[in-house]
Amino acid sequence: MRRALPGLALLLMAAGPPPPGASSCTGCHGPTPQIPSLAGRSATEMLTALDGFRTGKRPATVMDRIAKGFTEAELSTIAAWWEDRK
Amino acid sequence: MKRRTVLSAMVAAPFVARAQARPRVVVVGGGFGGATAARSLLLGNLEVVLIEARDVYTACPFSNAVIAGMREIEQQRFGYGAIVSDGVRVIRDTAVGVDADRRRLTLESGASLIYDRLILSPGIDMIWDAIPGYDATAADTMPHAWKGEAQTLLLRRQLQAMDNGGTVIMSIPANPYRCPPGPYERAGLIAWYLQRTKPKSKLLVLDAKDTFSKQKLFQAAWKRLYPNTLEWVGLSDGGKIARADPRAGAVETDFQTHRGDVVNIIPPQRAGHIASVAGVADRTGWCPVDPATFESRLVPKIHVIGDAAIMGAMPKSAFAANAQAKVCALAVLRMLNGQAPDDPRLINTCYSLIAPNRAISVSGVYRPLNGLLADIDGAGGTSRLDATDETSALEATYADAWFTTVTTEAFG
Repeated sequence: MRRALPGLALLLMAAGPPPPGASSCTGCHGPTPQIPSLAGRSATEMLTALDGFRTGKRPATVMDRIAKGFTEAELSTIAAWWEDRK
Repeated sequence: MKRRTVLSAMVAAPFVARAQARPRVVVVGGGFGGATAARSLLLGNLEVVLIEARDVYTACPFSNAVIAGMREIEQQRFGYGAIVSDGVRVIRDTAVGVDADRRRLTLESGASLIYDRLILSPGIDMIWDAIPGYDATAADTMPHAWKGEAQTLLLRRQLQAMDNGGTVIMSIPANPYRCPPGPYERAGLIAWYLQRTKPKSKLLVLDAKDTFSKQKLFQAAWKRLYPNTLEWVGLSDGGKIARADPRAGAVETDFQTHRGDVVNIIPPQRAGHIASVAGVADRTGWCPVDPATFESRLVPKIHVIGDAAIMGAMPKSAFAANAQAKVCALAVLRMLNGQAPDDPRLINTCYSLIAPNRAISVSGVYRPLNGLLADIDGAGGTSRLDATDETSALEATYADAWFTTVTTEAFG
């Protein structure tokens, strides 16, 4: 049996609701080593990665296509929110 | 005016009686949308009820791999135990009636529930009369294998029982339908199975359209991997079937009759039955909803998510249903708190296998615009046509990880 991870609800209880876009992340990012959870990761590191995806400087399969759908400010808010998850 | 007063009184009565109680949100349907919505709603101080007739949900994503013998059906099965222990009241029943004025949902058992908000995630029903000759009984001979475990396993058994040298026919409907790239993933995986185990066999794909999701990528893969096995016929070349004859194992187009040893007909679809009962489905058979809250355009306080809903550019996929469920749950919580809903962003990514351990993907980012969910310009798109085998293998790994994560989020 897989471990039952906290769903969105439990993640949310820790602080405020997710900013626009952030709740979609957990469709892929979760309990696998291939696409790991974003909870508690450094916002600075995430932003560097997302910026690389957005500008095409960092190679990716899908994150380049996804990051282009957000402004820098939106990505910054999303990254900060994820950093605050425990 | 008088009528409104009477109606208000009728609506107000149960609400006042339950004024001290927590608001109750009822979710109908325990697939990717409904299960995710129910768990997400637990954030609020709510009573969350999930209505689902089955003990076990059999997931559709990756079921094409089951059909091609690359994967076992057990990997597709998910129960509701974790959802129950999280605090959702799961009622094993079927919703059969909705009285929107009284906010009352009736169940097959005869029980009824008053809701403050109702979230319908009923998935799809086949439209049985759309292709003459193709009804529910015909599906016992010519499986659609587009929902449910029995149909998936039937098509798998038929392929396994077929002799080397046989012909498999697939019929694919016009848009919209569940999982736009799904039929093409299936075509490739069936071709892979035939080539490997019954190499003299052929797969004829009859399509009711000329263009489809990830078309260039699929067609390039087919040409490279299955050049002598898979033949695709689009609408303009006579791909639309006009009749099915299950006894003869044949399908007719306007131009000719094709006989197959195995025939897989994916018929046109519409929102699951409860949607039309509730009055939230329009003439197209699908449910128009607000792109920020997923509240029905036709009936207030009823939300529709997943394959049953139409709201613009977002495709009918498990990924989309999961993403919509979370946005809808948050919107419902805010609305019950008297707050305005957010201006959300939603993401979709659909992986398709073209062979074992080789996948391609399509992705999109969406925002509400002019009453619909619109693609955000410059974002999204498909895998590269010139992707290396290494990249396709990596995408297959990600597809697998996605399935683990999304089913864990939905079902625990």
